[in-house]
Amino acid sequence: MAAVTYTATAGERSLLPAIPAGLRAAAPVTLLLVLGFLAPLLTVAAYAFATPKSFDVFRSFTLANFSAVFDPSNTVWMSFAWSLAYAAATVALLAVIAYPIAYGLNRMFGKWSGLVGVLFVFPLFVSENVRLYGWVLFFIKNGVLDGGLKWLGFSGGPEVLYTPGAILFGMLYVYLPFMLFPMSLGIAMIPRDLVDAARDLGASRLMIWREIELPLAMPGILIGMLLTFVLGAGAIAESKILGGQSVITIAQDIEVAFTYAQNWPLGSALALLLVAIVSGLALYVLSKLDLDRILGKR
Amino acid sequence: METRSQIRARAFVKIWTAFVILAIYLPIICGALAGLSKGRYFGFPIRVFSTEWWGKTFASLEIQSLVQNSLLIAFIVTLVSVVFAFFGALAFARYDWRGRKLFQKAILLPVFFPQPVLGLALLLWFNALGINPSWQTAVVAHLVWIVPVVTLVIAIQVYSFDPTLEEAARDLGASRWFILREVTLPILWPGIWSGALFAFLLSWGNFPLSLYTAGVDSTIPKWLYSKMVAGYSPMVPALGTMSTLSAAAVLLVGGLAIALVRRRQADA
Repeated sequence: MAAVTYTATAGERSLLPAIPAGLRAAAPVTLLLVLGFLAPLLTVAAYAFATPKSFDVFRSFTLANFSAVFDPSNTVWMSFAWSLAYAAATVALLAVIAYPIAYGLNRMFGKWSGLVGVLFVFPLFVSENVRLYGWVLFFIKNGVLDGGLKWLGFSGGPEVLYTPGAILFGMLYVYLPFMLFPMSLGIAMIPRDLVDAARDLGASRLMIWREIELPLAMPGILIGMLLTFVLGAGAIAESKILGGQSVITIAQDIEVAFTYAQNWPLGSALALLLVAIVSGLALYVLSKLDLDRILGKR
Repeated sequence: METRSQIRARAFVKIWTAFVILAIYLPIICGALAGLSKGRYFGFPIRVFSTEWWGKTFASLEIQSLVQNSLLIAFIVTLVSVVFAFFGALAFARYDWRGRKLFQKAILLPVFFPQPVLGLALLLWFNALGINPSWQTAVVAHLVWIVPVVTLVIAIQVYSFDPTLEEAARDLGASRWFILREVTLPILWPGIWSGALFAFLLSWGNFPLSLYTAGVDSTIPKWLYSKMVAGYSPMVPALGTMSTLSAAAVLLVGGLAIALVRRRQADA
């Protein structure tokens, strides 16, 4: 057990009254999150109820911004639908793409798994716009694919850039590590002898997977799904760089309201709705998980 | 003996992984090629290679100030987040206290949050406080996202830490400061270094938070984005490749240093 009770010596007790060591250690991070995360969200919430196109925060109260969002003549709900659909598709496809790799990292690559892991981590440190721009250079007319095919004597590559499909591709590409690593942590939680025992008792491969491996790896898989869904729902760079704005995502609507349109209350209302969906989901999934078990591997 | 189906499964997993890794690095290679080709416009196959755009990018004063901004932000973020996250990780994984489960979940929320929305929310908040956005506010924005990540990285190391070592030192009469310096820190060093490496690299490559919270100051990812939407210049892939290579170098050196620390620990 990592947890231990701590008794302060008499000298310390006079300086630091009955604050437990854990709470003291948590204080700096907690302060940062209150000032840098909670307070901004409360500001957004306050702006969401302010008069449209004004900066009268805390001085006005109206639901006009929300009724504007739900107004059928306004197409902003389309952005919501697109973003959530993209996020759902990203989760489903990435689960299938990442599972064999996560399995290999735990069971098959042996001494190479460290190196393979690093190869998948590294792209996280290259900003997503640089990597997405690489795909633009690949898919663009006379780019690597089109030019390469022409050079080989074909008639040229397909036109995939600036389509809704390109946006989904970009999201799969950018969010792969966020599915892969939690999933890999989850698979690491499967005790190997349990699988061996089931096999010795005559369980088929599919049965072992369905009855043992999948349920035991589920906490990690769930974290990966949650993470990719949340990031996908808030995605903006993919549609701007690869999509050529063929689809407007909700994050982009929020950005436009905050910047060009200077309609902070509307942007806040949209952001608040997105946050409600995302954090509702996050809190629900997180409440089901025991983080000590996933990270501590005990 | 492996059965035939196991051999097939193994081969499938290996080929699939190799294919995905190739796909991951393909755009980075495309960018490197574009930055190294001569001429104003990109065309493939590349007719003439040249380091012309690398030279121009190196010589640009504007880009020098971008690099300085990015480095300054990344260094401050690394320093602050490691200190915050060190204590945060102890609270996360080491001490048993009321509210620990809540703390563990609360700390994940900024990670489970769309970064562009976080950046815009911070922009509103800074405005409400009357603070003009600049590179300093970008540091704060990076911290909100990076401190939780680093806390998790260090927490994983803390889980493998045996608290009886601290107790033994205390029973032998060691002071709290002495225990921290001679017992706790040396055991946690690998985790702390990994956390620092993550902090630096995540800050260096961050785009969505810098975009909204850096005000008139620009960082490398932010500048690259503004040029991407404005039209093509070979300086964009050139600087992008340089930034990627720097991150790779930092990761390589940092990774080797951490491996060295671990080995020395194993020997001791």
